[in-house]
Amino acid sequence: MTGAPLTAAALLAAALATIGIGFYGIRLSRTTSDFLVASRSIGPQWNAAAVSGEYLSAASFLGVAGLIAKYGADALWYPVGFTAGYLGLLLFVAAPLRRSGAYTVPDFAEFRLGSARLRKVAMLVVVVICVFYLVPQYQGAGLALKTLLGVPVWIGPLVVGGIVITNVVAGGMRSITFVQAFQYWLKLTAIAIPALALVGLFFTDGGELGGPMPPTVRQDTTVAIETDVVVHVAEPAGIRVTGRLDGGPVDAAPIPSAGEHTLGAGSTLTLAAGAATPVVAGTPGAGTDWIASGGGLGGSHPLYQVLSIIVATFLGTMGLPHVLVRFYTNPDGRVARRTALAVIALLSLFYLFPTLLGVFSRLYVPQLLITGTADAAVLLAPGAAIGGAAGQLLAALVAAGAIAAFLATSSGLLVSIAGALATDVLRGRVRDFRIAAVIGGLVPIPLSLIVSGLELSRSVGLAFAVAASTLCPLLVLGIWWRGLTAIGAACGLAVGGLASGTAVTLAIAGAVDDQALGGWPAIMIGYPAAISVPLAFATMIVVSRLTRTAVPPDVAQIFARMHVPERLGMGIERVPRG
Amino acid sequence: MTSGRPQRERVILAHRRGARVIRTRVEIQEQTQVGDALVRGLVRAQLGLALRLAAVALSAVAAIPLLMGAFPELTEVPVFGIRLNWLMLAVLAYLVLYGVGRLYVRLAEQAERDFVRVVDGEP
Repeated sequence: MTGAPLTAAALLAAALATIGIGFYGIRLSRTTSDFLVASRSIGPQWNAAAVSGEYLSAASFLGVAGLIAKYGADALWYPVGFTAGYLGLLLFVAAPLRRSGAYTVPDFAEFRLGSARLRKVAMLVVVVICVFYLVPQYQGAGLALKTLLGVPVWIGPLVVGGIVITNVVAGGMRSITFVQAFQYWLKLTAIAIPALALVGLFFTDGGELGGPMPPTVRQDTTVAIETDVVVHVAEPAGIRVTGRLDGGPVDAAPIPSAGEHTLGAGSTLTLAAGAATPVVAGTPGAGTDWIASGGGLGGSHPLYQVLSIIVATFLGTMGLPHVLVRFYTNPDGRVARRTALAVIALLSLFYLFPTLLGVFSRLYVPQLLITGTADAAVLLAPGAAIGGAAGQLLAALVAAGAIAAFLATSSGLLVSIAGALATDVLRGRVRDFRIAAVIGGLVPIPLSLIVSGLELSRSVGLAFAVAASTLCPLLVLGIWWRGLTAIGAACGLAVGGLASGTAVTLAIAGAVDDQALGGWPAIMIGYPAAISVPLAFATMIVVSRLTRTAVPPDVAQIFARMHVPERLGMGIERVPRG
Repeated sequence: MTSGRPQRERVILAHRRGARVIRTRVEIQEQTQVGDALVRGLVRAQLGLALRLAAVALSAVAAIPLLMGAFPELTEVPVFGIRLNWLMLAVLAYLVLYGVGRLYVRLAEQAERDFVRVVDGEP
């Protein structure tokens, strides 16, 4: 790659800026409260930028554009759901959660239900969700650095892990607040400029998106196939394969007929200028299918899929520990509401650009659709479509944005893991927080290298499903329903966590055949939220009704504290024991 | 009233506002029946508001796929050169989410101000 030095420089600059801004926060970080909740002093603008910076992980930065390029109109539901999650958070969680005065999600569980055992269960759930989320971030970093610089895949997790551990250990929540706010604006710039450049190219160059044929390549293109893939070929003219085609060895052979063909790992595909691009089987090939709604995201039962994505993203945001913990950094409930509203605005602005980028990647870089590695769309599209020095600059900018995405999300997750472990397993002093941060940052590195990767947005979507089936019902019922008991909450966490966790494990292991029993088992395991979330809510409610004598006696006092405005002087700020 | 005895009247020199404020605040903090009823009222009002607005947002967003299913030809209508189904999901949905959120913040803060006014005994 000719632009590699430029890209490497951009990556280095983003990483150094992250560490530098993090060190700015260290001067302000002294107490445990600084490390856990930035001493509850962050205003709505800073906090909203930090929440958005942390939330827009690589799944949003790279994944959404890739999904839109591949699947078209139905993939638009992912960014809508990711944003709608904050409306749910604003309506049902933000202000009462802040007013509870808790400093982590497990601490909220103990505040609300007065059970130390439930606190431990909630701690376990928090750590599991954060690790589920952190592993794909590390994997994505490995893949991105491999794509951009050609370095081995284990470099990425080490680099990202190292930077994130340094920042979190040094300054905790104080440091990463500044870092994440900066990274929101960096990511917005890094995706807006290439997207607008491609829009400009579209207006000068033109192109047809909704036509009856798959997108065509503009010049002779060679594509290397790295894993076995089944592609759908609409029009074989101009395509030649070297390597393995449908199981047999071939050398520069044409594809015999339209339809589905298997390309073996290690093959290369040569497309003559103007050839129609083959697409991964199961994705819409023709422009007319791609631009229309209702086709789903691969597999059968598209309506169930879309429904489950909506449930997981809408409710999952309410259960993401690293997002929730940011709301504890606001000074009061009113500011927490304003933060959530500002996040909706910032996300709406951001998601406009991955959408544009996805659309134009399909038009200008269609060869990405062959290999199934659509995550790389954002990284490669600007350079491939524009070319020359301008294209290399854009590619370097996107690379800086991608590394910012990995760093911002990983640091938020690590603060959550460290906060939960330090206060619930260790003794809650600053030193414990630092030890927990080192452990929590190191453990996912080997995991990310062992476990095989799903597509980024898919695996993050699964982490959302676990969050929506565990912490979301705990918070929503805990805040609004006086009848919740500690036993009910623990049973709900266990049932929701097991149901969604099993599904996630099976999906990552690829244990279920896509075609079995009309495709239902595979689709339910791939998109478990529509079933596991109602199951978790129902378990909490039913078990709480059965154990209604165990309702905490001071529930009225607790409700007053969560809902009465701070002006009346009801609030107390909880602090860890240490 | 009919017995001819004059109606009892309470005569005070002035509204002892301070005392009343403290009493209601203590009622809330100590969870007397009055205080508990006030808090229950506030929680119910806020939950009702949140549920109503969630229903508004959900039905607006859910209307999109239903509309597309019912009138497939409508979604192909280009507006400013963009098909309606893309315009609705990529732009309009976000405006709905932000609008509902903004309305909620305003109404929820209003409800809290009303609550504080009741507690502080202002008219």
